[in-house]
Amino acid sequence: MIDKRVKSIAEAMQGIKDGSTVMFGGFGAVGHPAHLIDGLIEQGAKDLTLVGNNAGSGRVEPLVRLLAAGRVRKIICSFPRSAGSVVFDELHKAGKLELELVPQGTLAERIRAAGAGIPAFYTPTAYGTALAEGKEVREINGRHYLLEHAIRADVALVEAYQADRWGNLTYKLSGRNFNPIMAMAASLTIVQSQHMVELGDIGPEDVHTPGVFVQRVVHVPYGGPASNLATAG
Amino acid sequence: MTATAARAPATAEGVKPWSRAQAAARLAQDIPEGWCVNLGIGFPLLVSNFVKGREVIFQSENGIIGMGGLATAETIEPWLVNAGKQNVNLVKGASIVHHADSFGMIRGGHIDLCVLGAFEVAADGDFANWTTSLTDGVPAVGGAMDLAVGAKRLWIIMDHTSKDGRPKLLERCDLPLTAPKAVTRVYTNLAVLDVGPQGFEVLDMAPGLTMEELQAKTGAPLRRKAS
Repeated sequence: MIDKRVKSIAEAMQGIKDGSTVMFGGFGAVGHPAHLIDGLIEQGAKDLTLVGNNAGSGRVEPLVRLLAAGRVRKIICSFPRSAGSVVFDELHKAGKLELELVPQGTLAERIRAAGAGIPAFYTPTAYGTALAEGKEVREINGRHYLLEHAIRADVALVEAYQADRWGNLTYKLSGRNFNPIMAMAASLTIVQSQHMVELGDIGPEDVHTPGVFVQRVVHVPYGGPASNLATAG
Repeated sequence: MTATAARAPATAEGVKPWSRAQAAARLAQDIPEGWCVNLGIGFPLLVSNFVKGREVIFQSENGIIGMGGLATAETIEPWLVNAGKQNVNLVKGASIVHHADSFGMIRGGHIDLCVLGAFEVAADGDFANWTTSLTDGVPAVGGAMDLAVGAKRLWIIMDHTSKDGRPKLLERCDLPLTAPKAVTRVYTNLAVLDVGPQGFEVLDMAPGLTMEELQAKTGAPLRRKAS
């Protein structure tokens, strides 16, 4: 019987080695596997390279505490600066955290390419900008493109809304974001899921990520991301 | 202070600069029914308030096609945020994709229009909006560079001059570029300008403004758009 469910976050995080590249899903707090990152702090792996869209804000969320604990060597990220990203700012300014800044679409495609077995690709994004520095330029049909390389990870940390014992997943609304492509791009994909459902409960055409991309699933019914209601205007 | 209530200061006798809301409404007039539009965070987002009565599809880089307005306490759905990570609603007919598909849509030329803010726009369509320094502070780029090269049209909405009165429309950008030769039109509190083969072409001006006054606030030569 295939059963990828594990009983605890600690069990889910077993075996992550020092020096690993770890991807984490999420666009801000939505679709972000904060409980697994908490588990990574407990687990103890260090000298990590992180791959994700943001670098956290405030001082209490797990991603920020992982950075503050000095466990991350480098972050590959599109938008590390946000309201309250104080810990990232401090570490980066002090030279204690390397940043590889990547345009968001290029970041997504580099991850997607890794999962799809494509080692590199040409993209028009960032041609003629400071972020093109050191990159191969190729002219194709009169337009300029940069060569960008796939990003593979040792571990992907994913947040799902529903999961079954095969690791079939669904995501809730914009909680999907980077999660499906990260699930495909890592050797070890670990999922925290809001709901655990029986095999067959997710209709075949409703599976967002087939279980073949998933190694471990842990049930984390935390309720959902904190809301962020904008004031009018 | 809400953007819609903000009153733009008068620049000269009788000149009535457009408020941010008026500039956003002026831009919205030029969006035809049926377009798929991506709005940057901040000033560009105001545009969505002024397309009522037309079916315009708003795309958000985090994988939303068919984004509605900002959520209220009654409509809140915590799993639904816009590019600025504020909670939003969906419209009927909306769909959700993952990030690679969202940026495939953006880079692949499937977005009719992207509206962004900018620090500087040059007469050849170069623009700078992602960082004011490559050495100070923390850089962050997000989706701006992908949107700039991928959307069918890139329109900029911004104040005509900086807070200290310096022109933001220039011969050449001083700041690090977001993309070269990308901008096709600019909406400011003073004017609407196309980026033409020979530089900025004025399509429309705020009430009471003369070409001479507009030129004085612009760092590149202006010409009237031939009608």
